[in-house]
Amino acid sequence: MRIRIVQRDHIAGGKAALIRVIAIVLSFLVAAILLGVMGYNPWQAFGSLFKSAFGSMSNIRSTIITAIPLIIISLGVAIAFHMGYVNVGGEGQLLAGAVVATFISHNLPTSLPKIIMLLAMAAGSLLGGMLIAVIPAYFKAKFGVNETLFTLMLNYVMQYYVLMLRTQTWKDPKAMGFPKIAAVPNNAILPKVFGIHIGWIIAIILVVLVSMLLRRTKIGYEIRVVGASVNTARYAGMDVNRVILIGICMSGAIAGLTGMVKLSGTTYNLSESIGGGSGFTAVIIAWLAKLSPVGILIVGFLFGALTQGAVGMELALGIPAALAESIQGLILFGTLGCEFFVNYRLVREYPSKATKEAA
Amino acid sequence: MNSVSLSIALLLASGIRISTPLILGALGETVTERAGHLNLGVEGMMMLGGALAYTVALHTESVILALLGGMLGAMFGSLVYAFLTVALRANQTVTGLALTTFGVGLGNTIGKLGNGANVPSAVTQFFGKGPLTLNLDGIENKPVIGPVLTFINEAILKHNIFVYLAIILAIILYIFLFKTRAGLHLRAVGESPAAADASGINVNRVKYTGILIGGALAGLAGAYYPLAHIGTWTDNITGGRGWIVVALVIFVRWHPIKAIFGSFLFGLLDIIGLRLPTLFPGVAGLAIFSEYAFNMYPYIMTIIVLIASYIRGRKGWMGPAALGHSYFREER
Repeated sequence: MRIRIVQRDHIAGGKAALIRVIAIVLSFLVAAILLGVMGYNPWQAFGSLFKSAFGSMSNIRSTIITAIPLIIISLGVAIAFHMGYVNVGGEGQLLAGAVVATFISHNLPTSLPKIIMLLAMAAGSLLGGMLIAVIPAYFKAKFGVNETLFTLMLNYVMQYYVLMLRTQTWKDPKAMGFPKIAAVPNNAILPKVFGIHIGWIIAIILVVLVSMLLRRTKIGYEIRVVGASVNTARYAGMDVNRVILIGICMSGAIAGLTGMVKLSGTTYNLSESIGGGSGFTAVIIAWLAKLSPVGILIVGFLFGALTQGAVGMELALGIPAALAESIQGLILFGTLGCEFFVNYRLVREYPSKATKEAA
Repeated sequence: MNSVSLSIALLLASGIRISTPLILGALGETVTERAGHLNLGVEGMMMLGGALAYTVALHTESVILALLGGMLGAMFGSLVYAFLTVALRANQTVTGLALTTFGVGLGNTIGKLGNGANVPSAVTQFFGKGPLTLNLDGIENKPVIGPVLTFINEAILKHNIFVYLAIILAIILYIFLFKTRAGLHLRAVGESPAAADASGINVNRVKYTGILIGGALAGLAGAYYPLAHIGTWTDNITGGRGWIVVALVIFVRWHPIKAIFGSFLFGLLDIIGLRLPTLFPGVAGLAIFSEYAFNMYPYIMTIIVLIASYIRGRKGWMGPAALGHSYFREER
């Protein structure tokens, strides 16, 4: 007997969902063992995680606030992924957006009406993210330069650039020698609706816009064709390089806007850690959501819950946030691995009579 | 020896010291990428290796066991990556990032269990010794030969064994990759797994080997920080060096020997950035000469090399052809 791997032609939605649920349950089981080995009661830990993510209105609000930037940046990254362009530079694009937004907020008069200030910052952040994203896209289109490596490197260039700004060029003289950049003025802070900054409305609008872009517009169609097969796109007479450049401009712009939302919505200060690794998390979220905007809304929300729950777990039970991070890693492993069983099936194969006789 | 040449010697020495874990990590990632797998989990594997090495050192006071522990810790991470990307054909970029999340989290958790205890002196003393250091009593003050030997002694010969181990490993891996049959097979798998498969190479076995070697070396690199560099555990002890390693592999174009010099250059830039404001007070306050600017330059240099490689388009400069792609034999 031999086990053979066969690609599935088709899988029922229910069965695929079942495989994924089993994978997540198994991951939590491994996480429970890990927690037990580290001397914590897993049941209590998961209870605390759930409670601090969803337990009260204010907890749900915190979860949503954590999820907002994750959802927005994942939408941006997903546009690139739709073209088969591996944009792991979300973090750098987010920082670029936040840098431009900070610059605008510090240089426009503080007497400006809030709406104008915020629109100017948003426009600036879109542009900032776009500019930093289009550099590797240009070299990809023109010379075929590997975009995974290029966008990855740009993250660190931007991170150290912001560090330079924070410790030198933009260091706040009023901070008594403490290396930080001055907070944005009051008219640069996002208003709140239902107790949460309006980033959540921006996120929902973007989910709709990106869905429409991909499903209803010509460029969205072209983006999907390029992603499916560059050759098909060429045969169909599309200018593949133009599609990639336009797609990446949108991808980077949305990542840049995330920087502005984070700045005006939660942190108010620019720092190199403003993104908090969300550029990488976005790659994972977009991928787990199968690049679907609605999927990103859901997966992004769950990631927000996981992150927020981990904070509560540390406060309530003293379980280190680092351990929660590794549990997040475990769950990712589970969900990554299970896709294999969604896409392929294992077939037991017995040698047939003919082959036996031949042997 | 006058103070200027002494400070230059010490500068070179620090550059060499901090480049050592970079060489080790880069060698590992080079082998992994030569087998066609982009493992972005280096940072996570280094954290796992560092945490395990630290923990084992605390409990056994043994250098060998601590190093073995570090290697095994990181290899565990690379095994998970290998299983997911080779056997289950998961996306390499995403799996690598997940490994970093996992490894950094678990590494910090395990490292913290030591409560910041110092690495036992039996271990730190071992790494404090410079086995090649010359005894210059009596020669020191002789003209010409005295200062020259002192300079060489201070800059190159006073290091701990890890430094020389890294260089020897680079040479061994160069021979392995370019002069042996097994190395040829590994590179063939990274260039074209289908062709390698057709010629009878066991593609999966080669991939597992390459990825696990990458894990073992990342583990050694991670172990360097608690054992030989800092002497205790601190949160995020590898401090993002895993990403420098990924850059370095591109910078040296997937070549083990060049990795030695590339690492040294990156290490030197790091040190220069730290020392420049004290050496030349005139540049203090200029952002482009600041510590963080010098942290940024390795990444900019890597980008320039990456672009130049593609524009020149020389064969072998753009990395293994199948890097990042899952391989599966067509089966119906």
